[in-house]
Amino acid sequence: MNAEGFASIAALVKARSGIVLTPDKEYMLETRLTPILKAEKIADLDGLALRLRDPRAESLARAVTEALTTNESSFFRDGKPFDHLRRIVPKMLAARPAGHKLRVWSAACSTGQEAYSVAMVLSELGVRHAEIFGTDLSRDVVERAREGVFTQFEVQRGLPVQMMVKYFRQEAARWRAVPELRAMTRFEERNLLSDHRMLGRFDIVFCRNVLIYFDPPTKGRVLNALAAQLAGDGVMYLGGAETVLGLTDRLGALPGERGVYAPAALRAGAA
Amino acid sequence: MSDPNTVLCVDDSRVVRKAARRILERHGFSVREAENGLAALEACRAEMPRLVMLDWNMPVMDGMEFLVALRAEFGPREPLVMLCTTESEFDRIVLALGNGANEYIMKPFDDGIVTGKLVQLGLLEEAEP
Ligand SMILES: C[S@@+](CC[C@H](N)C(=O)[O-])C[C@H]1O[C@@H](n2cnc3c(N)ncnc32)[C@H](O)[C@@H]1O
Repeated sequence: MNAEGFASIAALVKARSGIVLTPDKEYMLETRLTPILKAEKIADLDGLALRLRDPRAESLARAVTEALTTNESSFFRDGKPFDHLRRIVPKMLAARPAGHKLRVWSAACSTGQEAYSVAMVLSELGVRHAEIFGTDLSRDVVERAREGVFTQFEVQRGLPVQMMVKYFRQEAARWRAVPELRAMTRFEERNLLSDHRMLGRFDIVFCRNVLIYFDPPTKGRVLNALAAQLAGDGVMYLGGAETVLGLTDRLGALPGERGVYAPAALRAGAA
Repeated sequence: MSDPNTVLCVDDSRVVRKAARRILERHGFSVREAENGLAALEACRAEMPRLVMLDWNMPVMDGMEFLVALRAEFGPREPLVMLCTTESEFDRIVLALGNGANEYIMKPFDDGIVTGKLVQLGLLEEAEP
């Protein structure tokens, strides 16, 4: 494909999602967009770039953007954040009025492993009065997260077998989260770049392994927007390769923890 | 006391034992092999491994018979036992756990699944992302 075609698809994807496609990702465009070319009977990527210039190509633009997201996930990914969650939730609830509904946001939830991991942690802690809100840009993964059905391969990644038999039921070759977990979770399609103010306050936000795809200004903007929805004594979890340093001053790392952040004012107060 | 670093890999397929060995050795475990439950039981009597990676369907003595005999002879704690089998029915998994299995892999497995399970068993540190 020509450089102009690549640049125009990359610009479209960045504007819609924040995801930066560098020229070395051209192979990814080839592999991920070929099914769309076939379905739309478009000859090649340059042809696709041309078609996308038409402002009426909204649903095509959307399909292209979604096809270029990376949806890799696993249960209890990286372990440590969930150990921290186990420790912080009882403390957090002790500081809340009785009957408080704990609100957790899994922003960029992909197929839901993160949200269901949180649900299992809360369930093990005996916390039932909770809402785990999973959101993602891609309709496809949100639909799958909502179904709560995982392949044999997925259900073995990160999930100890005792948890698997306790919280999942077999349906043919797949495994579905039990109603108890599904009752705690809710999944919606949502762009991280959009306005989140109507979502209200969250006690805990997970935003992991998605900022890595964004440029620094977009990372900063998203971090600020998420921090604005976080309770004053809330915590936010980022992926292992992600940080707030130089991106926002609303959040700071919790000392001695990996990937755990808290509103900066609280840290200053606690220090 | 069992050797903290050895895994006994029990499977009647040489190909599977080799695949498992490759993954385990990469993590620094020393691997012994047995081709059925009876040979595995003898291997445990000779020297107790830290972990037994155990197929279910094997000639001579199958994985479940081995597991029951092992726990009866050596008690519930040692060694750790991780099933690794094509048996993937919910009831079979629950049965194995009831008989004292610590982990369970439904075949086919890959490096990621085995490594993750070793972390869950406390035999490996969580990989730095
Ligand atoms: C690698 S997955 C991370 C899943 C999970 N958080 C984890 O850590 O395992 C990244 C997800 O971010 C989503 N994503 C990318 N850009 C997004 C945006 N602008 N808004 C919402 N979700 C986005 C993708 O669709 C994908 O499902």
